[in-house]
Amino acid sequence: MKSLLPFALMALVAVVAFYAFPYNLAFLTRVVITMILVLSLDLLIGVTGIDTLGQAALYGTGAYAAGLFAVHVWADPVAGLLVGGLAGAVVAFVSGLLLMRTHGLTLLMLTIAVAEVFQELANKLDWLTGGADGLGGITMNPVFGTWQFDFIGQTGYIYAVCVLFIVTAILKVVIGSPFGLSLRGIKDSPARMRAIGTPVGRRRVAVYTLAGAVAGIAGALAAQSTALVSLSVYDFQVSAEAMIMLILGGTGRLWGALIGTAVFMAVHEVAASVDPFNWLFIIGFLVLAVVYAVPRGLIGLPEEIRRMVGRLK
Amino acid sequence: MTGLEVIGLNKAFGGLTVARDINITLAPGDRKALIGPNGAGKSTFTNLITGILEPTSGEIRLDGRDIGKLSEAQRVKAGIAKTFQITNLFKSLTVRDNLRLPLLERRGLTGRLIRRSDREGGVEDEVESLLSQFRLSDMGDRPVERLAYGQQRLVEMAMTLALKPRILILDEPAAGVPSSESPLIAEAISGLPQDLAVLVIEHDMALVFKVARRIVVLVSGAILTEGTPEEIAADARVRDLYLGASHG
Ligand SMILES: Nc1ncnc2c1ncn2[C@@H]1O[C@H](COP(=O)(O)OP(=O)(O)OP(=O)(O)O)[C@@H](O)[C@H]1O
Ligand SMILES: [Mg+2]
Repeated sequence: MKSLLPFALMALVAVVAFYAFPYNLAFLTRVVITMILVLSLDLLIGVTGIDTLGQAALYGTGAYAAGLFAVHVWADPVAGLLVGGLAGAVVAFVSGLLLMRTHGLTLLMLTIAVAEVFQELANKLDWLTGGADGLGGITMNPVFGTWQFDFIGQTGYIYAVCVLFIVTAILKVVIGSPFGLSLRGIKDSPARMRAIGTPVGRRRVAVYTLAGAVAGIAGALAAQSTALVSLSVYDFQVSAEAMIMLILGGTGRLWGALIGTAVFMAVHEVAASVDPFNWLFIIGFLVLAVVYAVPRGLIGLPEEIRRMVGRLK
Repeated sequence: MTGLEVIGLNKAFGGLTVARDINITLAPGDRKALIGPNGAGKSTFTNLITGILEPTSGEIRLDGRDIGKLSEAQRVKAGIAKTFQITNLFKSLTVRDNLRLPLLERRGLTGRLIRRSDREGGVEDEVESLLSQFRLSDMGDRPVERLAYGQQRLVEMAMTLALKPRILILDEPAAGVPSSESPLIAEAISGLPQDLAVLVIEHDMALVFKVARRIVVLVSGAILTEGTPEEIAADARVRDLYLGASHG
């Protein structure tokens, strides 16, 4: 029961946001999609201890797969999501066979490199992807043949929120499962995991594949909601910002990923409109302040405050 | 033969030879101790057996089958397990989760994506009985990093027993355990299933003489001698070794 509380809170926030910002639904949808991407990263960095800067490779491939599927095969949104997730998973599995043999800086460099290879590939295959012009002409069918995507983005927002709920719930179950426990074991001590008989390398590939599916779904959602896929889905910035959002919110507990994304993107949006030239400075300051004051991220804030209040008494 | 058979094992780190033509057998029911001065190569030997390190040459057989090419995880599945001399636990996880992991792994369940990890009936029963065996029941839900070092040593031992190995290697299980708790270690070793093959590495001679029926003495990577506790106690070379360089 207690585990359902955060979900109820999440639903409440989603509903309030919907009515409070009826003309910002496109932005809110982007936030929700980014949350899914950051969740996929939390599964790797926060839960399993796999540090990566290549989430864009998985996200971007999901976006192109869903976009191409909609244009050439079938414009059904849910089918497109599954295709995007599958594409992300396949890319993660194949690249993971190599990547997951490496650790630390080598892994960081290689994950960045993989995303760059994909960006270059998408650029070279312009007959298929539209190259630098982007992949256009995506028009989506109604969700489940019923809910038409509308101009102000109501359907798009609700659809994205539903996907976020489902992904979060699934990841919660996975993290609480024996598989999830073994991932946390790997984070604490890969050597001990091997010593109890766990094939650590295979487990790492498995979780990378799962994270690939989730990131791919996020990419697919992005493609569907903006009706466009450009080469920028593979940008280094996508991976780097996802990591900053995760660290800001706090790693390893999923809720941190959601909070970090919301705060980062809200501050970004406000700061960029207040001061289009210096918003990066504000974001940078925010991240530094949080990392310094609450090393475990915003999710650790209540506990930190409780501790400080306790000390005052 | 059944059990573990080590034939002509050698290992060198660069120019430093730490295992020199080691021959040891460990049959079901054996209670052997491996003793020797610091740096003799005892821990290295355990790492060679469990597959953490690869030998320069030599053979390791389990029930007559060459296991030298098996991965560390595969050797665990084959029945070989060890405790670490320097405690190696899942620090941020609770004591119960530390025990669940090997228990789930032994049953081949850690690939499962659904059902909560703390709802596996057989596993939970074993978790509780291991906790009470090592008097850890009170701190079962505490993260391991909050335990005193001596208690962490007990978790270390309990985790390895959770694997139900056939060949059990204990690398200084009592090191760091306060004397009030160290009988728990001796008790646990005496309480092991009779058909288990056990190799204990220890500097604590009281414990060695309590549990071992045969003692192997390792010096500079080579076996100096092997014998019953009485023979080893009477061996002048061993006595010189331990009087010359005394420790823990
Ligand atoms: N990975 C390594 N690389 C290089 N040298 C090593 C390595 N591991 C161990 N050694 C060296 O090998 C020798 C044997 O070490 P080992 O840890 O096996 O000794 P030990 O008998 O277990 O000693 P102790 O009683 O102190 O635990 C030591 O000289 C050690 O410094
Ligand atoms: Mg040692």
